[in-house]
Amino acid sequence: MVHCPECDAEIDIEPEDVDIGEIIDCPECGAELEVINDDPLELALAPEEEEDWGE
Amino acid sequence: MKIGVLCSRIRVEEKLLFNSFEQHGIKIEKIDDRDVIFDLERCDWDFDVVLERCINHSRALYALRILNSCGIKTVNSYHVADICGNKFLTSMALIEHNVPTPKTYIAFTPESALKAIEEIGYPVVLKPAVGSWGRLLSKVNDREAAEALLEHKQILGSYHHSIYYIQEYIEKPQRDIRSFVVGDETICAIYRVSSHWITNTARGGKAINCPVTDSLNEISLKAAKAVGGGVLAIDLFETSNGLLVNEVNYTMEFRNSISVTGVDIPGKIVDYVLEVGKG
Repeated sequence: MVHCPECDAEIDIEPEDVDIGEIIDCPECGAELEVINDDPLELALAPEEEEDWGE
Repeated sequence: MKIGVLCSRIRVEEKLLFNSFEQHGIKIEKIDDRDVIFDLERCDWDFDVVLERCINHSRALYALRILNSCGIKTVNSYHVADICGNKFLTSMALIEHNVPTPKTYIAFTPESALKAIEEIGYPVVLKPAVGSWGRLLSKVNDREAAEALLEHKQILGSYHHSIYYIQEYIEKPQRDIRSFVVGDETICAIYRVSSHWITNTARGGKAINCPVTDSLNEISLKAAKAVGGGVLAIDLFETSNGLLVNEVNYTMEFRNSISVTGVDIPGKIVDYVLEVGKG
């Protein structure tokens, strides 16, 4: 079990279901979270959109 | 074959691509652009091909330049990323290759930009030369709006906003077209439908299937060739005089286009990457 770094909600995800660098939304507060480690699972607030982001 | 994927943020597209590589039985190595360090005097990378999927244009550009300099093939190449990442360079490439595109002016001062705007005639669209997802696009309907926008750009904008990229506004039937080109094939296309003049799916545009007609195929391939070819998403406008190419994207997003077109876009990209790696 991992906690949202913004609101501390418990987030039910398994390490094998996500990749490092993947963005997920906290189901409680809606914060964008980035998977920064998968063993053990660790989440951080996702970075803000930068000017040269895109496709 | 040793395949690298240059990326940082893992979007839906990257996950789909990773899955597709896995389905092909191919193990890839992720190169995280947040961790990577390049020694410019050493080429100790031994990939057969690197697929570039950075979310940051500038990181993609620098990394591709270095990898290509080391003789490593990339999808797409530095040359393609350089052109597609800059709307001015894209316009130049399209014009030089006789690909129909909206009328575009460049000016360097607010005063000359205002003259250019009035020469084209209202409404016009001002865009940052580097930018994506419809960010900071401005439709300017009259002189008062033009003067205000130019003053804001001059005072509040960073230096690259002082290059004024000014384009005629194309009246659209509440949609534009995005076609997907992989190598020599237009693999599919979507209409991006929106009641807003900005139709990017990142801004809420809805994707529906668009048949790849002969004319769409022809102009898509021509646009792809003009910017150097590879894996590209071409944005087009429908006009009474035919199709116009608006932009070409080199790290295309396609999550909304797979189910509506029925085309395995990530699979097609992976096949192309493998082909380039073998080449």
